[in-house]
Amino acid sequence: MTSTVSRLRFRDPQVEMAHGAGGKASRRLIDGLFAPLLFGGSAPAPLGDAAHINVNGTCVAFTTDSFVVSPLRFPGGSIGELAVNGTVNDLAVSGAKAQALVVSFVLEAGLRTEVLEAEVRAMAAAAQAAGVAIAGGDTKVVEHGKADQMYITTSGIGPLISGLSISPAAVRCGDKILLSGPIGDHGITILLARGDLDLDADLRSDTRSVLPLVERLAEAVGAAVHWMRDPTRGGVATTLNELANDCGLGIVLSEDRIPVRDEVRGACELLGLDPLHIANEGQFLAVVAAEQAEAALEALRETPGGHEAALIGEITDTPPGSVLVTTLYGGSRIVDMLVGDPLPRIC
Amino acid sequence: MKFVDEFREPVLITRTADEIRRLADPRRHYRFMEVCGGHTHSIYRFGLKDLLPPNIELVHGPGCPVCVLPMGRIDDGLSIAEQPDVIFTAFGDMMRVPGTRGSPLEYKARGTDIRIVYSPTDALRLARRNPDKHVLFFAIGFETTAPSTALTLMRAKADGIRNFSVFCNHVTIIPAIRAILDSPDMRIDAFIGPGHVSTVIGCRPYTWIANSEEKPIVVTGFEPLDILQSIVMLLRQLNDRQQKVENQYTRAVPWEGNRAALKAMAEVFELRPYFEWRGLGFISQSALRLRESYAEWDSERRFSVPGVRVTDPKAAQCGEVLKGFLKPAQCKLFGKECTPEHPVGALMVSSEGSCAAYYSYEHRKSQVLTHGSLTR
Repeated sequence: MTSTVSRLRFRDPQVEMAHGAGGKASRRLIDGLFAPLLFGGSAPAPLGDAAHINVNGTCVAFTTDSFVVSPLRFPGGSIGELAVNGTVNDLAVSGAKAQALVVSFVLEAGLRTEVLEAEVRAMAAAAQAAGVAIAGGDTKVVEHGKADQMYITTSGIGPLISGLSISPAAVRCGDKILLSGPIGDHGITILLARGDLDLDADLRSDTRSVLPLVERLAEAVGAAVHWMRDPTRGGVATTLNELANDCGLGIVLSEDRIPVRDEVRGACELLGLDPLHIANEGQFLAVVAAEQAEAALEALRETPGGHEAALIGEITDTPPGSVLVTTLYGGSRIVDMLVGDPLPRIC
Repeated sequence: MKFVDEFREPVLITRTADEIRRLADPRRHYRFMEVCGGHTHSIYRFGLKDLLPPNIELVHGPGCPVCVLPMGRIDDGLSIAEQPDVIFTAFGDMMRVPGTRGSPLEYKARGTDIRIVYSPTDALRLARRNPDKHVLFFAIGFETTAPSTALTLMRAKADGIRNFSVFCNHVTIIPAIRAILDSPDMRIDAFIGPGHVSTVIGCRPYTWIANSEEKPIVVTGFEPLDILQSIVMLLRQLNDRQQKVENQYTRAVPWEGNRAALKAMAEVFELRPYFEWRGLGFISQSALRLRESYAEWDSERRFSVPGVRVTDPKAAQCGEVLKGFLKPAQCKLFGKECTPEHPVGALMVSSEGSCAAYYSYEHRKSQVLTHGSLTR
């Protein structure tokens, strides 16, 4: 035990919001505290969206995710929908088809039944749409004031999609990076739905199951798909920085090819945010072998919900471990991971 | 997007960059200071340095309000936040700026009631909704944000809202530029003048820079084309041996400024005899405080404030970076002890701070060789 403890590198004196924001601080917490104590000394390298475990000779993917969004309902979705789609998507981008979910509710005493019912209905509808069963669950209630209305945790399990074998180790120089659709819709929708900003925009969260798109991609180009992730918290920038770290290669994105709706761009301009750092709930990134990239893009664009898919960049040998964005006029900039939550810039 | 895309138009930008290369004399070196943090941010974000010839050097100026705020002021503000029944409000910009015992965000995680607002009027609204609490607005910014603080205070006074106060850290841009120009090692050829500040103060306050200091200055917008066009205007002035105040940002900046905003500021604020700037030291008549007639809404008068002075760590060279003597990466702490995640100096906190911008956008770029073009 002492040898494990001596490897603990997590030195932050207390938990800060940033440890949950999906960026560098989250990574430090996982690598420095959770991995050494929980994952047998080292993180199941590299950290994917789901664990692949062997059950009596069959490999299945297994994952879990907690949902703590405020407000509970927002244009285009709600916490219940997120809780189902989020876990279905984590499995999908790790190359698996969600078969069953189990769900845990943490409810605050005083929560109105109609609010709870609406979320349970939203979960049922999302599960049906994604073709996944909700196989069981658990409920805890905490005192009023000890939680913010409701938290939902879902865990999902499913078999691997045949023909797919994804890992950062499979990523090669020259591979192309595909994005399933416009970014930032979810994060900006939530920011506006909180009502702190006197801003209105015709925006909806992009929450949805990406499984149909992933399945279509697997069908079309199979083993040419080298890696996938859904850019949730921390956005595309954070997800791709993790990939760059994991595979030791560089990533070069072309700014003009990254689909961003005008409403999202506008809000980001006003608030000094970068769309690349904004959360998504219904998009994914795929790294595909160069020779199959066109076919992969074609396949995504033909699939319902994939018509805005785009080829946004490629894997390069430089700068190793970093993400570079080239601007429209030949300038370039490094895009780093998000540090903490995105904070608006006013002054 | 209207009024954005036009100023990011690749053909125009390429053409303007060509014009810069044509105008710049290859035998000389140009040092232009962009006064505003917003310019610094744009220059990095759009990779504009890649478009300039190597003999044009852009030097980051003092115009990032978060960066020039001394740590003691943050400690003072947070000491009030810790008092019972106080809600501390500030812009998102402030939230990660470290005080001695942590940033506002860290205080918030420990349970202090700290909230992000998007405007001082949001803070006033919070005061109306929470009559049993005291709402403090931690005001920062140059003349850009000072008018909205002034108007909010006028509203609070008119409506008799007494559970609201402002911890005023507003600073003024002209004394900061003067301090830079007075530095003995100063070697700036011309200024890319502040854009947002000038929407309020106009262009007239800069005339001494052209007339007495004989340096060209062009008031400049924040889009890539604005900044490049301003560099063209500065080069033309230098080539013609002229020193003028010019206004590139005419779509937003009237020559005379915004009289209504200036009037509101004059009603509420007066100059402090002196104020400490991080990295620049004490500068006389460089900051604003509330007038006696607004004493009731002045956090520093209503609460006892320790008035702490915190010296920056010796190894940190924020002052040298702020004055343009050092590039961010030349500081001993850059990228080692001081990173955006664990900032030692405030220049590493705000995305307008030159160190954070450099770290986010430029750091590691040197390793980049030419990369292949993308195929669709």
